[in-house]
Amino acid sequence: MAKNKNLNMQRILIALALTGSLAALVMPASAEEQPSPPRVKWSFAGPFGKYDEAQLQRGFKIYKEVCSNCHSMEMLTFGNLADAGGPGYSEAQAEAVAADYKIKDLDDKGQPTERAGRAADHFPTPFANTAAAAATYGVAPPDMSTLAKARSYSRGFPWFVFDAFTQYQEQGPDYIAAYISGYKDPPKDFKLPEGGHYNEYFPGHNTAMPQPLQDGQVTYDDGAPQTIAQYSKDVAAFLMWAAEPRLVQRKRLGFQVFIFLIVLTGLLYFTKKKVWSAVY
Amino acid sequence: MSGPSIYQPTNRAMQWFEKRLPIGGLVHSSFVVYPVPRNLNYWWTFGGILSFMLGVQIITGIVLAMHYTPHVDLAFKSVEMIMRDVNYGWLLRYLHANGAAMFFLAVYIHMFRGMYYGSYKEPREVLWILGVIIYLLMMATGFMGYVLVWGQMSFWAATVITNLFSAIPGVGDSIVTWLWGGYAVGNPTLNRFYSLHYLLPFVIAGVVVLHVWALHVAGQNNPAGIDPKSDKDTVAFTPYATIKDAFGLACFMILFAWLVFYIPNYLVHADNYIPANPAVTPPEIVPEWYYLPFYAILRSIPNKLLGVCALFGSIGILAFLPWLDTSPVKSGRYRPIFRQFFWLFVIACIGLGWLGTKQPEGIYVILARILTFYYFAFFIIMLPLLGIFEKTRPVPNSISESVLGGKA
Repeated sequence: MAKNKNLNMQRILIALALTGSLAALVMPASAEEQPSPPRVKWSFAGPFGKYDEAQLQRGFKIYKEVCSNCHSMEMLTFGNLADAGGPGYSEAQAEAVAADYKIKDLDDKGQPTERAGRAADHFPTPFANTAAAAATYGVAPPDMSTLAKARSYSRGFPWFVFDAFTQYQEQGPDYIAAYISGYKDPPKDFKLPEGGHYNEYFPGHNTAMPQPLQDGQVTYDDGAPQTIAQYSKDVAAFLMWAAEPRLVQRKRLGFQVFIFLIVLTGLLYFTKKKVWSAVY
Repeated sequence: MSGPSIYQPTNRAMQWFEKRLPIGGLVHSSFVVYPVPRNLNYWWTFGGILSFMLGVQIITGIVLAMHYTPHVDLAFKSVEMIMRDVNYGWLLRYLHANGAAMFFLAVYIHMFRGMYYGSYKEPREVLWILGVIIYLLMMATGFMGYVLVWGQMSFWAATVITNLFSAIPGVGDSIVTWLWGGYAVGNPTLNRFYSLHYLLPFVIAGVVVLHVWALHVAGQNNPAGIDPKSDKDTVAFTPYATIKDAFGLACFMILFAWLVFYIPNYLVHADNYIPANPAVTPPEIVPEWYYLPFYAILRSIPNKLLGVCALFGSIGILAFLPWLDTSPVKSGRYRPIFRQFFWLFVIACIGLGWLGTKQPEGIYVILARILTFYYFAFFIIMLPLLGIFEKTRPVPNSISESVLGGKA
């Protein structure tokens, strides 16, 4: 009798599980409006990932010449450019970059003045406040300090589960690279609002920022191709570094911690076996 | 469980001290000679893991508090400065943020284990209720800690959750204003959350002491769900439980380290790297994963007041579990029907967690309602009735029989 009941229960469970999975299958793939950004092969992906210094330097050049006209990056100082695990500038080079900037300050009489930047200065903001920033394109351009971690796209089930194992953490730079190179003419049936710009990857496609980069716009000294495709990857990598400047240290320490933990766990396993062998 | 202390220090200084404050004897009787059932499996290592995680959270938290600024204009920046300029600040912060997630993962396993093996039943009712109190305190602490980051998700989570209290008829709005310390989530809110986020972990630590005390009075439950009858049924806490707990903890730490060092932002919503902005509502407001099932329960009910009641009821009902489960048999091992309803309950909780990430529309609402119904039905209908109608399998006579008998 109990066994029968048991079997019935199992049948009910299986039926419920099947209904659940069917429901999941039948459900529409929630009207995916924009395509997923293509996966870029990043040098900083994976357990041994490191930033590509040349790429960060190229990305910084784009930030300096193009992005910084509208976007602030206020969490970073010029000195950060010389930090270990970053773009690989020397301290003198970082100092020289800073010296090119004019920093608003007060002189010793309390009068507003402009002076040359120093390594300890934060990158200056292009607008006096958010209202002034919003005046140009209707929306204040976001600060770029954490932007690469503040942007992402939905991976959905079951991909987000696999991501935990494959260490896919680069949704942010993937999205940014796709976004910068994702400007297109809108499809005929798409009504683009006044002042909007059509972008394939932007949620809703209507983005306030006009296409920021054109082929050949920024001159590279290292022979890398001067194309939108290359620019967008370089600036995305640079923004990832700006958002996560300790990534290289983190992954390096992580590997050491893993070796320690695996040895410790192995030793504990055999100790446990030995101790318990007296009881069983 | 533990008899009079047999602890005899050989060191003269220790003897002198022991006469005046027998703390060595307390540790000796509670964590060395203390008898534990010999059949405890690895699900029982999560108690030790939880104590460890509480320690990690308190230590990393104290250091983070030295560098954090609880002010609406500076909070987000100070967190970023911790990540960039404080020596190993990124490590402290990622340990603390992912530590919260690991803490909740461990507590859910610990709770499901308690439910499966009937650890809440006589004489462990108080032990269980103390656990429910710890869990509630953890939820409050975790929520307030998440707000301190002062990103978009922090701000809007604080707004949504505090607004729940506005559902209380008559005085709801006054209570919300009182909670905020103003007419919106703002600086006073952030300051009080910071104060409470620092206080509550020590309250948790206090209740954990009571929890362990109650545990050592009643003794541990075990997979067979029967009390130890002779010395053959138990082993000494040290070295047996100690080494097993240490191994379990080391495995847990590998998972923890994976999160911290390789995928530290896996569990974080990207919007929380955007500074809080009261003028911009994010397209979706999603809580941390460990609150998702309760969020789904809240949203599955169209009436706000009833939804809030269901939310708090879904946690509160846990405290009544010892009396809702009427079966005399503790362990799910010997309860074939209960076992199936139990796993269905686990699936329902995970399903609700998944639905918590979905917009409450269409099929998702229907699914959330079915699972919410099952969540409550499990406690109110299945458990009381199973005690009456379920035909349980024979329970072994002793723990040693259940362990060694199966092998022979």
